[in-house]
Amino acid sequence: MPHYQLPITPYQFPIPTTCMKNWPLICLYLVVAYLILLLGPIAGLDLPRIVVDIARSPELLIQQLLVGLVNGGIIAIIALGYTLVYGIIELINFAHGDLYMLGAFASLTVVGAFGVQDGAALQASIIAMLGALFVSAVVCAGLNIITERYAYRPLRNAPRLAPLISAIGVSFIFQNLGLLWGGLKSFIPIMGANAASPKSFPDLLPRIDILKALGIQTSIVFTTKDLIVLIVAIVLMVGLHLFVQYTRLGKAMRAVAQNRDAAKIMGINVDQIIVLTFLIGGALAGAAGLLVGLYNNTIVFTMGFTAGLRAFTAAVLGGIGNIVGAMLGGVLIGLLSSLSDQYLSSRWTNAWVFAVLVVILAFRPGGLLGENVQEKV
Amino acid sequence: MSKFQSKAILICTVLTAYAIAGCSGGENGSNTGGSQNTPNGGGGGNTVKIVSSLPMTGSSVGLTQSIVNGIKQSVEEAKSSACDGKLKIDYQVMDDATASAGKWDPAQETENANKAVADNTVVAYIGTFNSGAAKLAIPILNQANLLMISPANTYPGLTKKGLGEANEPEVYYPNGKRNYTRVVPTDDLQGSLGANWAKSLGVKKVYILDDQELYGKGLADIFDKSAKNIGLEVVGREGIDAKAADYRSLMTKIKALNPDLIYFGGITQNNAGQLIKDMRNVGMTADKVKFMGPDGIYEQALIDAGGKDAEGVYATFGGVPAKELTGTGKTWYENYKAKYKAEPEAYAAYGYEAAKVVIDGINKTCKNDRAAIRDAVMATKDYNGVLGTWSFDANGDTSLKTMSGNVVKNGKWEFVEKLGTK
Repeated sequence: MPHYQLPITPYQFPIPTTCMKNWPLICLYLVVAYLILLLGPIAGLDLPRIVVDIARSPELLIQQLLVGLVNGGIIAIIALGYTLVYGIIELINFAHGDLYMLGAFASLTVVGAFGVQDGAALQASIIAMLGALFVSAVVCAGLNIITERYAYRPLRNAPRLAPLISAIGVSFIFQNLGLLWGGLKSFIPIMGANAASPKSFPDLLPRIDILKALGIQTSIVFTTKDLIVLIVAIVLMVGLHLFVQYTRLGKAMRAVAQNRDAAKIMGINVDQIIVLTFLIGGALAGAAGLLVGLYNNTIVFTMGFTAGLRAFTAAVLGGIGNIVGAMLGGVLIGLLSSLSDQYLSSRWTNAWVFAVLVVILAFRPGGLLGENVQEKV
Repeated sequence: MSKFQSKAILICTVLTAYAIAGCSGGENGSNTGGSQNTPNGGGGGNTVKIVSSLPMTGSSVGLTQSIVNGIKQSVEEAKSSACDGKLKIDYQVMDDATASAGKWDPAQETENANKAVADNTVVAYIGTFNSGAAKLAIPILNQANLLMISPANTYPGLTKKGLGEANEPEVYYPNGKRNYTRVVPTDDLQGSLGANWAKSLGVKKVYILDDQELYGKGLADIFDKSAKNIGLEVVGREGIDAKAADYRSLMTKIKALNPDLIYFGGITQNNAGQLIKDMRNVGMTADKVKFMGPDGIYEQALIDAGGKDAEGVYATFGGVPAKELTGTGKTWYENYKAKYKAEPEAYAAYGYEAAKVVIDGINKTCKNDRAAIRDAVMATKDYNGVLGTWSFDANGDTSLKTMSGNVVKNGKWEFVEKLGTK
């Protein structure tokens, strides 16, 4: 008696198959909905109250946007250092945050050597500030080149994790260098009595309220100090963008980023271009160090870690390897944290910033501008 | 697509790895002590050891070095011996901070407590500086019947019921017997006296901040409660991210609410200097908005960090500044200055007093017996020391209740007035 074999068809249950295909996305939506609906209110997300707050005082919103914009500009400058190096050798240079911290220390040393005090006249302090800019840019660029030569170049063809670990090591070296530097009070009196404690950076930028000076009656405060920092940040960013897009060296950088071997065949000195990238990244870190010193007026040897984490987040958010993306990411994080401080809760600001990062990466794994732009520098 | 996904995963992994590396770096802090781990039982040795565990790295070092000086002074005055020379007293300094943390480190504090327990010549543990660190050390020492005496912890929940978490303080004393005392008044007093002082300074609206640590948040909670009780309007309450680069947006938000006082429950190392600077940066000047903090900011480091913006900052301190002490206290102050050629910082007298009480306890028992010395010190009554005449109550708290209000003037802390009564 022939026995019947039941045919097992693969298409018997078509519905689960599509479900299986889409489940990561569905889970993602569920997680996002959960975050916003259930965890949001704990962390200060109360839309009716926020709307009322904004309606009652729109000036406050504008004020916070301005604060966020300036902070975002500073974050963006540091983020550029991450993105430049990643673009060209696909290495996340974790030492960059600490390099920026050393830039701030170099600036404070120079400012201290000039002997300018808190609130000194602009004519007296401008030379000190330019000197500090020059010295800290040179020191940071030099350190970055040395790091590249001895910590990254020998590992250039090693697996990706090796230079990454090397970068974390360099970050620790820099941090301890900062601690040591902060303890040199016998040579640098401005460093204060204690190596590890925060150091007061002289307040040298004039604090003239621009809107009041223009005769506009408003509660919004935007001082020359904010403006100077914003302008310097924009100039540095635009300058870098133009350099990479329109100069011969910039073109060479982009070529190395696209394909190192092909660039070598075309006669580009790859080592030299990589050194140049580190030089620019280092100089930017030095400038950022000075800017933060002048803007926040406090520096401490651990500031590199925090700032580095934020800047790195900005770079990832914008699409790591992409210059415009880093600027966008920086400004976005600056705005996001100042708005969260105002309308949500400063206790939860970091959580909000990283939650947004997670959500954006979930939908656009390459970052905001990462996928559209094929060139990496 | 998959290329980008793998990139995102790599980045996330790296982010986590970096965060972990940054947090736990440098476990290589102090490795003093533990070497003389001679297993000679209780009666055999005629050396007893006092250890102190305080953050000797980071910006608290000005305060803690001063405490160590006070302890050393005390031990030297006893000629490093007790019971007419029968017992030799050793003193060893431990550091519970690491360079990479920049302040006390939980792992380091635990290690110190375990080392002290393992070394059976140790009969007293002076510390900790931070209340959070005490939470870790007390239970470890408790199981070894080792006395712990703190010159600086002010968090009430360590000893008092009903002022902290529900399971406090029992959770710290697993063997059921108290082994922890302190010579400073606690924060329930400091918080409420602070609120009263603010009111007497003419404050009506207050915004309260904290650094989200045990000490700072606890204090801010008490200040919050007492301020409401005495009729001050609390216009807001926030916790700050101690590692943030700046607080401009937070200060902008506060400015819009028009308070006359910002109270910060926290310590200098948690960015108090930046907080003050940004408060002034957004236009809240010292004459319009006051800034007040607890004893955690009552140190030179705050003035170093705040620069000219620290001018006019108020701080309450759980005791009286060394300079204002009277009687034996005044003699001690002169001796300290002659010996160390420096002004004692806030807690120096408390370090001195703590060590003195311990030596007293050793003198009463005259043997290397942890439990007996613990009981002798815990039973201290009507002790006539540099801080005045005081006793330990059943919880191990001092009966002293005098505090002081201080203000920064011309780059120095200045005593303003005594707060509360004895």
